[in-house]
Amino acid sequence: MSNRLWHRAGMLLVLALLYACCAAFVPHFTSWTNTEGLLLSVATVGMVSCTMLFCLASGNFDLSVGSVVACSGVVAAVVMQRSDSVLAGVLAALASGAFVGLVNGLVVARLSINPLITTLATMQIVRGFAYIASQGKAVSIAHEPFFELGNAYWLGLPVPVWMCAGFFVVFGFLLSRTVFGRDTLAIGGNQEAAHLAGIPVVRTKIAIFVLQGLVAAFAGIVLAARMTSGQPKVAEGFELEVISACVLGGVSLTGGVGSMGAVIAGVLIMGIVQNAMTLLNVEPFWQYVARGLILLAAVLFDRLRQPRA
Amino acid sequence: MPPHEPLLAFESVSKSFGAVRALTGVSFSIAAGEVRALLGENGAGKSTLLKALSGAHAPDSGAIRIGGATQRFDSTQDAFRAGVAVIYQELQLVPELSVAENLLLGQLPARGGLVDPRARDARARELLARLGLSIDPGTRLGSLSLGQRQMVEIGKALARGARILAFDEPTSSLSRRETERLFELIRELAASGHAILYVTHRMDEVFAVCGSATVLRDGALVRTFECLDHAPRASVAAEIVRAMVGRELSDVHGWSPRDIGAPRLELRALEGHGLAAPLNLDVRRGEIVGLFGLVGAGRTELLRLVYGAARSSGGRVLVDGRPVGIRSPRDAIAAGIVLAPEDRKKEGIVPVRSVLENINLSARRRNLHLGTLLDRTWERDNAALHIQQLAIKTPSPATPVRNLSGGNQQKVILARWLSESIKVLLLDEPTRGIDVGARAEIYRIVQELAKTGVAVLLVSSDLPEVLGLSDRVLVMREGRISQELARREAGEEVVLQHALPASEGAFA
Repeated sequence: MSNRLWHRAGMLLVLALLYACCAAFVPHFTSWTNTEGLLLSVATVGMVSCTMLFCLASGNFDLSVGSVVACSGVVAAVVMQRSDSVLAGVLAALASGAFVGLVNGLVVARLSINPLITTLATMQIVRGFAYIASQGKAVSIAHEPFFELGNAYWLGLPVPVWMCAGFFVVFGFLLSRTVFGRDTLAIGGNQEAAHLAGIPVVRTKIAIFVLQGLVAAFAGIVLAARMTSGQPKVAEGFELEVISACVLGGVSLTGGVGSMGAVIAGVLIMGIVQNAMTLLNVEPFWQYVARGLILLAAVLFDRLRQPRA
Repeated sequence: MPPHEPLLAFESVSKSFGAVRALTGVSFSIAAGEVRALLGENGAGKSTLLKALSGAHAPDSGAIRIGGATQRFDSTQDAFRAGVAVIYQELQLVPELSVAENLLLGQLPARGGLVDPRARDARARELLARLGLSIDPGTRLGSLSLGQRQMVEIGKALARGARILAFDEPTSSLSRRETERLFELIRELAASGHAILYVTHRMDEVFAVCGSATVLRDGALVRTFECLDHAPRASVAAEIVRAMVGRELSDVHGWSPRDIGAPRLELRALEGHGLAAPLNLDVRRGEIVGLFGLVGAGRTELLRLVYGAARSSGGRVLVDGRPVGIRSPRDAIAAGIVLAPEDRKKEGIVPVRSVLENINLSARRRNLHLGTLLDRTWERDNAALHIQQLAIKTPSPATPVRNLSGGNQQKVILARWLSESIKVLLLDEPTRGIDVGARAEIYRIVQELAKTGVAVLLVSSDLPEVLGLSDRVLVMREGRISQELARREAGEEVVLQHALPASEGAFA
């Protein structure tokens, strides 16, 4: 019985414990300024982890999200420079992300190519296009209204935090309350059985990848607005941060298992640890080590609480 | 080893998992040269006993003696060293490696750390000859048939000097010919002084290859039947079944005549992979048609064509006289045709998801709230209704379906289709690996469905099942229907005669 509770709320307990520890021992941790900064720092990872949850839950994998974030920022900046229209820039960036997602989806679902290899390839191709389109330099943006997307405040919190929260709600709802979400889990749990039960496997998978591309592009636009430029170098290793947060949130890499609540906990745990280390003046290089160790610990922990067959 | 000491003896072996007593004081012994059947329903303790023997689970109390010496197995390696090999259904082989490498897995002959290919192949050839396999030791294992692979697994055990071999339902995916070859090998092994423990569900196999049979029920030994060769078969079989289920099972199939109406499913000149010629077939309203054939005769392929899981290259499918275009399982379900597939675990259930989700997997998209949202009330009620109606044994609707027994998993799949309005039910090996009690319940469900007018096409390699359940029997051979028999005409011999290939090829 306690085991079931642990399964449902395990990561939330860890999160609460971690928060309490940091509040007690890390100076300034609970200050409003820091809380705001912490939430803003996890917003980008948080948005993309929503769709990564779908991707992993369906038994797939997407390494291309970091490159899409960078590329969509560059596309937005370049199109805005040329067309002098914010709307055109945003739409072009979203379209670029959706297109990458569509290619990923078609190759993985239609041609049955391993998603790891497919997205490893598109990750490099898309990053390459980001450099080509920007000629390797940051593309500055001169449209003030665009900056609002990343820097405005609403009810005391930065807009990206609200956007991220909105994504959590929408995708959490999609996963648990719609046929699309539950089909996703069924496909990840057993693709062949799902197909034979009449679930449109190929279509669902393509939709997941397109959504993933769209959301990553959206995150890239918001990031570009915060930086007031499109930068081809940003979000290196971002895909691993997102996947780490999902795995920390108990999403099974073999598919079929995952919930939004746990993923939110995973995102916050990663963010809090990083934030606390910064506040404690831990050297950035050590932060990599710490993040890796946390992930490893989480996976081992998860392994231990699985009942042995 | 002292003379007259049995090669293998269990002495009041007990094992509990939490509050569940899986084995209670099981004692019996097997002599060298003996083939002993181990029988019992699912959950009777057969698997636990095998795991105790293989070293996977140490017993809580009691002992296992081999050649008179008490053994303590803390790992499967210990059991192996003591000369015990358990051949599971899932073979422990590496498909990418060669036959020779698999035979000598973990003990390749080496000189100074380098594999000695000549010694390896010589040793492998010797083993292959003993198994009666005429294949090259360099062949990639993955290219062999399932039956041949199982032989390799046995060879692997022999290479390690196993004297005690335990088989866990070894014939469930073998063709008839492969099964016969396996029986021959088991007899040879027994004759050369091995002790064999043979776990099965199938009574015909008990009489075909075993000299004696031990029956377990609820973790305890019920009775051991000796000298099966000389006993009157039918009465002993009935007694064994009674010992297994603890009650009388007069007729598992429970067939009774039904009203049979107009054709419901009509296949007209259907063509596709696995069929040798355009195929015609009718199943009427309320009719159960049994399709028997050997493995490879094209039965599963036919069902997959009708269901849209494989693409047909010609011909038509009609339901209630109207042609239906089927290009995917989705189309088939929309036309009222559903399939309970052959391999439940791989093709039927989504193991990590709950019983509720597995039941509602298909019908949930037709019972939506406001046209988009899942109707959770409907989902809960529908699952509860079918769990109750089909007597699915599950702790709760939220239990992952992988925790259920095979029989209950099959019922979950049937519940999934009962949640739809179906016209045609395709059943592929519906009771493979399912115990007698659950089998009878599945037969009852299928017949009740037929009574409501559903047309049932049943594929099975269990001949008594086909004969016991069907109103009409079709025999398939080499991709075509070789004979049609009415229920009263269909006897074991005549069916087999039409199922066997015209020209007898040699094994392997």
